Amino acid sequence: MNKPLERLYNGVIKENPTFVLMLGMCPTLAVTTSAINGLGMGLSTCAVLMMSNFIISLLRKIIPDKVRMPAYIVIVASLVTVVELLMQAYVRSLYASLGLFIPLIVVNCIILGRAEAYASKNPPLSSLFDGLGMGLGFTLALTLIGSFREILGKGSIFGFNIMPSFYEPVSIMIMAPGAFFVLAALAAVMNKIRQKKNKPTPEKFCNGCCTECMDDTCSIGKKEEKEE
Amino acid sequence: MKTLNVSISPHIRSSNTTMKIMLDVIIAMSPAMIFGYIYFGWRALLISVISVSSCVLTEFIYEKLMKLPVTIGDLSAVVTGLVLAMSLYSTAPLWIPAVGGVFAILVVKMLFGGIGQNFMNPALTARCFLLLSFSRIMTDYPVLADGVTSATPLSLAANGQHVSYIEMLIGNHSGSIGETSAIAILIGAVYLVIRRVISPRIPLAVISSSIFFIILFSYIKGDAVTPNFIAVQVMGGGLLAGAVFMATDYTTSPVTSYGRIIYGSTIGLITAIIRCFGGSLEGISFAIITANLLTPIIEKLTYPKPLGTYGKKAEK
Repeated sequence: MNKPLERLYNGVIKENPTFVLMLGMCPTLAVTTSAINGLGMGLSTCAVLMMSNFIISLLRKIIPDKVRMPAYIVIVASLVTVVELLMQAYVRSLYASLGLFIPLIVVNCIILGRAEAYASKNPPLSSLFDGLGMGLGFTLALTLIGSFREILGKGSIFGFNIMPSFYEPVSIMIMAPGAFFVLAALAAVMNKIRQKKNKPTPEKFCNGCCTECMDDTCSIGKKEEKEE
Repeated sequence: MKTLNVSISPHIRSSNTTMKIMLDVIIAMSPAMIFGYIYFGWRALLISVISVSSCVLTEFIYEKLMKLPVTIGDLSAVVTGLVLAMSLYSTAPLWIPAVGGVFAILVVKMLFGGIGQNFMNPALTARCFLLLSFSRIMTDYPVLADGVTSATPLSLAANGQHVSYIEMLIGNHSGSIGETSAIAILIGAVYLVIRRVISPRIPLAVISSSIFFIILFSYIKGDAVTPNFIAVQVMGGGLLAGAVFMATDYTTSPVTSYGRIIYGSTIGLITAIIRCFGGSLEGISFAIITANLLTPIIEKLTYPKPLGTYGKKAEK
């Protein structure tokens, strides 16, 4: 498979940041009260992630190893500020409902995780697509969670009523416990699908599937660098 | 001929089974439930039937689908259904007990591994789920058999009205299906204690600590504390039924004797906080499921030391 597509597939399905890697749980649980919030949060994270991966990958030979974390934070924080100001200017209502969680993208562990695990070891183009894949995976997950919570908790999706009038909204779904219910259920479904698809073969390595292999010496990024 | 049989302990077995204990609980609950059926009419019975069958069916279907041994014969799902029905109003729409039963068994019990593995009381968690989800429907006062809507003693007392003691003892007032009659609940409690199904520690700790903390908090708030007010707090709401049938659930309450007292007192304290400072007049169900979460810690703290090692540090 060619590199950009492989990265996209990896981010959305194989190593989906929410359902497989279980990263970035704070925004996942907190902002997904409606489908539009989930989509907005996912897309803004995706934009930051793409650009930060790209820039960090460009600078990967310049950034000294000892201060790489502060350097990453500076890059990510500047990008988040750009996104935040843009959202404040053009999508005010979304900006208002996401509130504090936009500036908190700076410390989102998906972004720092991808910078550390992938962008700092790989060329810019595949890093860009890695960020895009991860960001889309995150967006997909958040929109899914948000949609389920909105349908069950309000009887609507993206603000449109879709449930029949006798449907009584289960309002616990748009409260905090609902986030845990939906996330757990979706992660369980995802695990079931993945289990069916890749039967574990003992002699093969984890094959990029990080939840089944806790080997900390493994680095997918390193292996791929060798191939080039 | 076999005269000597070598086997590992235990050598003496009691004839108690889960089913026998659950049957005892059902017998103990029946006075309160039957009173509820007579007082609130056929609809109360219908709600219990739906609740129980929803619980049993959910357990059966889940175990069939997951190819697990079917455990509906131990009657624990029936007890869950009855406890859930007990805490509902007779005017609830009929889908409420059905949804509650599915939630109680599927989410709270089976997903955590079935009987003995749930960390919260399934029926009460389902009730709290329903209360948070459908708060408007769940807090509608029930219509009595004669067609009159009336407030529960707790809400009457909150408005400063006097509630008759006799009526509260008999249960001649509005409330959840199985929670109105103090006498019927006490009959059940005495039966359970005599049959040694429950130890009286938990119910007594719950009731006494809630009385203590309600008086304390009322003094702090500067409210008048009258004997009638206290009686209403104990008998007018779900406190008695909660203390006897719901807080004593085996899986979710501590096994140690001091632990039971701490656990019961915690329930009383939280109930008093919710009733005195919170927005709700009830609060016993939230108090019980919160204390359920503390059970492992309470057990760890009160675990008795083996004889002879007292005062010594545990060996590493």
